[in-house]
Amino acid sequence: MTSPALQLDNVCVHLGGKLIVDSVSFRVPAGGIGCLLGASGCGKTTLLRAIAGFESVSSGSVSLDGAQVSTPEKTLDIEKRRVGMVFQDHSLFPHLSVRDNIAFGLQSLTAAKRAARVDELARLLAIGDLLDAYPHRLSGGQQQRVAIARAMAPRPEVLLLDEPFSSLDVELREQLAREIRGVLKHEGVTAILVSHNQFEAFAMADEIGVIKGGKLLQWDNAFNLYHTPASLAVADFIGEGVLIDGRAVGEHTVETELGVIDTRQIQDFNLPGTTDISLLLRPDDVFHDDASPTKARVVEKAFRGAVFLYTLELESGKRVLSLAPSHHDHAIGEPMGIRLDVEHLVAFPKLPVV
Amino acid sequence: MSLLILSLLLATPIVVVISSVFFPAGDIWTHLLDTVLTRYTRNSLLLMAGVSVGVLALGIFPAWLVTVYRFPGSKVLEWALLLPLAIPAYIIAYTYTGMLDVAGPLQSSLREAFGWRYGDYWFPEIRSLGGAVAMLSLVFYPYVYLLARAAFNEQSGSVMEAARSLGCSKRGAFLRVALPLARPAIVVGLSIALMETLADYGTVQYFGLSTFTTGIYRTWNGLGSSVGAAQLSALLLGFVFILVSLEAWSRQQSQFFNTGARSRPSDPEALRGLSLCLAYAVCGVPVLLGFIVPFLQLLFWASITYDTILTSDFAGYLFNSVTLAALTASAALGLALFIAYGKRAFPSNVSRVSARLVGLGYALPGTVVAIGVLVPFAWFDNRLSEFMVANFNYNTGLLLSGTVFILVFAYLVRFLPIALNTVDAGLTKIRPSMDEAGRSMGLSPAALLRRVHIPIMRGSLATALLLVFVDVLKELPATLLLRPFNFNTLAIRTFELANEERLADAAGPALAIVLASLIPVILLSRTLRHAGEASSSLPQASVPSDENQ
Repeated sequence: MTSPALQLDNVCVHLGGKLIVDSVSFRVPAGGIGCLLGASGCGKTTLLRAIAGFESVSSGSVSLDGAQVSTPEKTLDIEKRRVGMVFQDHSLFPHLSVRDNIAFGLQSLTAAKRAARVDELARLLAIGDLLDAYPHRLSGGQQQRVAIARAMAPRPEVLLLDEPFSSLDVELREQLAREIRGVLKHEGVTAILVSHNQFEAFAMADEIGVIKGGKLLQWDNAFNLYHTPASLAVADFIGEGVLIDGRAVGEHTVETELGVIDTRQIQDFNLPGTTDISLLLRPDDVFHDDASPTKARVVEKAFRGAVFLYTLELESGKRVLSLAPSHHDHAIGEPMGIRLDVEHLVAFPKLPVV
Repeated sequence: MSLLILSLLLATPIVVVISSVFFPAGDIWTHLLDTVLTRYTRNSLLLMAGVSVGVLALGIFPAWLVTVYRFPGSKVLEWALLLPLAIPAYIIAYTYTGMLDVAGPLQSSLREAFGWRYGDYWFPEIRSLGGAVAMLSLVFYPYVYLLARAAFNEQSGSVMEAARSLGCSKRGAFLRVALPLARPAIVVGLSIALMETLADYGTVQYFGLSTFTTGIYRTWNGLGSSVGAAQLSALLLGFVFILVSLEAWSRQQSQFFNTGARSRPSDPEALRGLSLCLAYAVCGVPVLLGFIVPFLQLLFWASITYDTILTSDFAGYLFNSVTLAALTASAALGLALFIAYGKRAFPSNVSRVSARLVGLGYALPGTVVAIGVLVPFAWFDNRLSEFMVANFNYNTGLLLSGTVFILVFAYLVRFLPIALNTVDAGLTKIRPSMDEAGRSMGLSPAALLRRVHIPIMRGSLATALLLVFVDVLKELPATLLLRPFNFNTLAIRTFELANEERLADAAGPALAIVLASLIPVILLSRTLRHAGEASSSLPQASVPSDENQ
């Protein structure tokens, strides 16, 4: 079995005496794209910089292609570990043309090979017309493409991208993220992306690690993160949803305000073992059904084109979210029939009331 | 309109000098061409080449070390590296000559220690082209240092990290990214240093080197040819204009070399062992040789000669110097305010062109200004006295030429740009919307001036006064040519005593000049913390463009 392209074992990073990254472990197979997702200040960028070799680890190790490059004793110099880095502000060299920027890391190649590689990347990233321009003439999106081409040129073991799309327009982000994903997959590049935007992460990554307070909460694919979050914190961070109270009655039944759930119909459902539990309800779990006996009052609604996202208030005063096709137009204050239609469900022990 | 007249008046020296090219000067010109012109050009070019190498080597590497690394004392060195700016070139030349000459303490003790006699051993001759290069490099490198440091400081840390991640070693990243990025700023610093080199008179005169400045002086005083001197000045101006254009062009270039806001302060790295020693050598030598050693030597000389220095004569020189400096500084401030507010109130091409004309003055060597002022004043005085003799039978003689008035006028031509730059910088802090806000709250124009403008501008006005004051105090070549007969200043006295080989006696007035010059240098070093501001408080020959108006 080949070793993973990137492997982190219990990595801790201290900055100025403070623990920033707390015992993080994960692995990315060759050609895989991972994403470190978290709010700003959670330590994700520091973790990325530790992988790059800009910061040294205080315990644990980072391995690239089976070889340890960072341990508390030794940090291999950045230039020797063959990582490509794409910076948040792009950091193109303003004194060099786009062509020379991309060729910057190709010093060891012959001129002909260098030119061939530059042309190849320019074609892949659709920047062929810009090769003779200077960075200050480029738009943000163009700079981003050049920055990625530059980092990919020397064929690094791992490509690291620090908030690569944060400086771009919202509309541009997901589109470019998908396009870049295509390029990375085409080149078979192993990549780690840092982001605070889950949609960007979903669009780009195979697997996503949710980070909070320096700890890796869960490392999984987008589908599982959304539908089976391992903890309340992950559930809270990924997607929209609310927690409602439930009572476990017997082995297969959970009673809620919205009706009784037969847990045998739900895949991979585990009761946390307590009687009082919290259930994570996604907006797509709560169905609009005028015939349903369960009614809830519309508090807020947001038009999203094909669907409305309703915020509904139950009799208890508890609020839930519901996605309904937009032809079901209910006014604010009106009661609306709803029922649960749950395929995935996660239950947590009920939090003590603080 | 009055703006334009004023700036044209201040631009007369340039016009006079340039137009002199079209006047036949008879034999003088061919004489100069045959004999000395190639020598002037060759020496000036060699001097510039040598000083270029010197200031680049002394300026760039310390700038890099203090911005990228941290070591004990690096914060102190960061501003101490500016100290040599406080020593005028001619004073450092006198000091080192006193120390390194045959009779100086170094050679004497060498002879004593090894039992040598004069002629037995080889010792570098300080009074040479190489010596002049060394002296000028030691006092002019801070221009390169200051601008290079600001440029390195502004570079985003991630640009260097990007280079590292693309396989560059630290040295490779410096050579391939940091240095090319700082190049425009370094060229600006270099061109300022070279303008100062071209303008230097005291050092080359003392070392007996024939350059343009000494040539102009000799042609004027020795050969008595005003046209010849003016034509030499025009040639010198040609060199200066090349440098001014180079400077302006580089300033423009540097806009494109902006790496964006610094993403994070690139963590300064600690130095240890051999590299630490090397860093101390690279940063310490310029400060030591450019300031500490000559300063201590001056102190020593002054301490043994103080009883001959502190005489009523000395008080007279001091009074003359301070009066001239204060007079010029206040006049410069007044005119600068007039021009700056004129430009603000009536933003037009005329006022912009006026400001640009005035700005050229700083690039002019003192000798050129002196010639450019002397020629028209003498013409005016002669016409006036002809007129008076013809009509009133009264000879006014040289009414203005031999007076303090012409001296102050020359100073203004040269130093007004400094005041104008500083005042302009202060004025841009007061945005037009602030005026409007004040007026909307019912302030009268006078109240607006008193309650908004003056409080905001106070610092800039004081700086402008100070900078001009000190520059006048240091000025030598124009003063030498224009001063009224027997009128002595500290700078003149230093020059005269040194030329009488009374170097120890010269230390008193020299020390007074150095101490005064220290004040603006310390001010400058205090603003160093805020990157960018440091370079804007530097006088610049090319007037900053006013696109933002």
